[in-house]
Amino acid sequence: METTATSHHAPPQGFLRKYVFSLDHKVIGKQYLDLALVAVVIGMVLSWLMRFHLGFPTTAVPGLGKLAPTAAAGGVITPELYLALMTMHGTIMVFFVLTTAPFAGFGNFVLPIQVGAEDMAFPRFNMMSFWVTFVAFLVLVAAFFVPEGPPISGWTAYAPLSAIGKDAGPGLGTGQTLWAVSIALFCVGQLLGALNFIATTLDLRTKGMTLMRMPLSTWAWFITSVIGLIAFSVLLPACILLILDRVAGTSFFIPGGLVVSDRLQPHSGGSPLLWQHLFWFFGHPEVYIAILPGFGIVSHILPVFARKPLLGPKVVLICLIAIAFLSYTVWGHHMFLSGMNPLSATLFSVPTLVITIPATIVVLLWIGTVYGARMRFTTPALFCLGFISVFVSGGISGFFLAQPSIDTYLHGTYFVVGHFHFVMGVAAMFGIFAGVYFWFPKMYGRMMNDKLGKLHFTLTLIGVYCVFMPMHYLGLAGNVRRYSTFTDDYMKGSLPLHRFITIAALFTGAVQLIFFYNLIHSRLRGAKAPDNPWQATSLEWSTSSPPPFDNFGGHHPVVTHGPNEYGVKGPTGDYIMQASSDQPVTS
Amino acid sequence: MTAPASPARTGVWVGIATITMSFAAYTSALLVRQGAGSDWQHFRLPSILYFNTVLLLVSSGTIELGRRRGYAWLIFTLGLGLLFIAGQVLAWRNLAAQGLFLATNPSSSFFYVFTVLHALHLLGGIVALGYVLVRLRAPTGGPPLTALGAVSLYWHFMDVLWLYLLVILALRL
Repeated sequence: METTATSHHAPPQGFLRKYVFSLDHKVIGKQYLDLALVAVVIGMVLSWLMRFHLGFPTTAVPGLGKLAPTAAAGGVITPELYLALMTMHGTIMVFFVLTTAPFAGFGNFVLPIQVGAEDMAFPRFNMMSFWVTFVAFLVLVAAFFVPEGPPISGWTAYAPLSAIGKDAGPGLGTGQTLWAVSIALFCVGQLLGALNFIATTLDLRTKGMTLMRMPLSTWAWFITSVIGLIAFSVLLPACILLILDRVAGTSFFIPGGLVVSDRLQPHSGGSPLLWQHLFWFFGHPEVYIAILPGFGIVSHILPVFARKPLLGPKVVLICLIAIAFLSYTVWGHHMFLSGMNPLSATLFSVPTLVITIPATIVVLLWIGTVYGARMRFTTPALFCLGFISVFVSGGISGFFLAQPSIDTYLHGTYFVVGHFHFVMGVAAMFGIFAGVYFWFPKMYGRMMNDKLGKLHFTLTLIGVYCVFMPMHYLGLAGNVRRYSTFTDDYMKGSLPLHRFITIAALFTGAVQLIFFYNLIHSRLRGAKAPDNPWQATSLEWSTSSPPPFDNFGGHHPVVTHGPNEYGVKGPTGDYIMQASSDQPVTS
Repeated sequence: MTAPASPARTGVWVGIATITMSFAAYTSALLVRQGAGSDWQHFRLPSILYFNTVLLLVSSGTIELGRRRGYAWLIFTLGLGLLFIAGQVLAWRNLAAQGLFLATNPSSSFFYVFTVLHALHLLGGIVALGYVLVRLRAPTGGPPLTALGAVSLYWHFMDVLWLYLLVILALRL
């Protein structure tokens, strides 16, 4: 049991303790962000391969024939390889990018400083959290190197195909087992993280930091960790039962009398729907694990650059809590096609429509905050505005999908692909970008290049709209998803649009090189960052850039103001810092 | 810095919430699985489970005595915990002797899943209690009493969780 957490821990000594097995939440946060960066590059390359094949189904991908001589003989992607790429793309992006970066990454770095703590409540658990997640990532990536390759069952790993083993198809032997073990480990890592976030927020707030004075970013990470706690503690059992079905011969998810690949499977009576229920009970809240930190980041950053207080911060908070609560009542909307009783479908449809109300209120409050403001259009501000744009664009298609009768037609099409990439993928990515450009000065003590940032934003915004908007039209036209080629029959007509999307996707990916260049160049050569470059109010801006190992250099800030004091007459400008009248006191 | 509340205690409460949620998931899986197929075979629970239950209940009392009266009771608690685990192993061997293994039937699958996971969680508690015992003996002064309080909270929860699992297993298997 960790008991020395709240005491002053000495500065770390030695390279290993400082940078590898560090107990410092700031280092762990950076490690999470670096992991997400590696993961996002892999995930993006996988999506390029898929898009290339969709746009140019008969053209060989240069070099791929040598990398995967059986799965892509001559360099042309086979349907099986396409499904493997899809599975790994989805799994890597959802778990190792959209969960690790906005939640574990930024949350770890910023949350303890924003509440005025020296570190997380349980630094050792925090370190374990990262390293378990890291091992989970290695286990998942190992699936690329086993003889039959990665699983082909999608990031949702629907049973029974995911539960049977090799008979079900290539990659469903060792590859699928690695997938299940990886996700189980990932759950453990995130549960340890959530434990820390909750205990730190509840117990380690500095003097004067009441709950209502906490910045909304910290509130969002706190709420996300509560969601994560419930979601991952259901996915973990699901993965354990799946692993038992696969390696121990149990029949939790595999029905009796199932003949696959001409072989009668030695199982009886299991329920494939049970997996879907357990998975989506985690899976839908997972969407909010990815997006709520973005909500917090935007609510935190937008007023800084609008130089106005956020409109209705309490309403925003109530809406975030409402979203968290409702996120547990809607999982069935992923299963409208599973033969669900129409009454149950209605029961899931209503909260799905209701959950759009708090989300809409938050968006309107953001727009109200910006309305009439003399905006400072810095890169983080632009990404916040972009977040609102893509979130609304993706959210609107959610109204259609929430209705079982319409979903029945659209669920298996590109409409859904466009919807969730906008609302969960791109919106969350924009939240991550906003966070990177905003907190980079605090993390590394150097400013990022704003001109390159604006170029990155503009091209990325155009790019993502070109990629995901047309998918909605493809879906409406009946273009099914998960297929590797659209060269036959009625789907032939969709090929030009697919080609356009492919080119846009390659373009958007290439644009990210600007971001990588900016990231590396600014870290080495960027202008020195002052303590508070954005004239923001929250506690992380009261300390040096980067902060000392104990965050506030041996003294504990005393909070006297809320985080939202912009557009007022303050001692140093149009804002009052949360610890403005703080007299340094040595402990 | 003196924390206004005890993170160790909060941590255990959060852990309790997590473990409760995961066993709720297993329970719902059991109910769905039992209703899904017609292959569910009922079997008699090994009677040693009831003896083990008594051991665990007594250990909850002794850990409280340990908090008030000292070290020896805590070691006794640790022993009772290990004895409980040994008793569970006997229960598994008893079932195995009847030909009931993990994959024999969904009912036996759930039996092993529930009992093994509970035993693993209790082992976590035993390790934590052992750690506190070592720290109590350390010459540099022991851990704050909050650590012992947190461990005993967890220990009691293991008790309650076991009673719940026993009821579910007795009713459903």
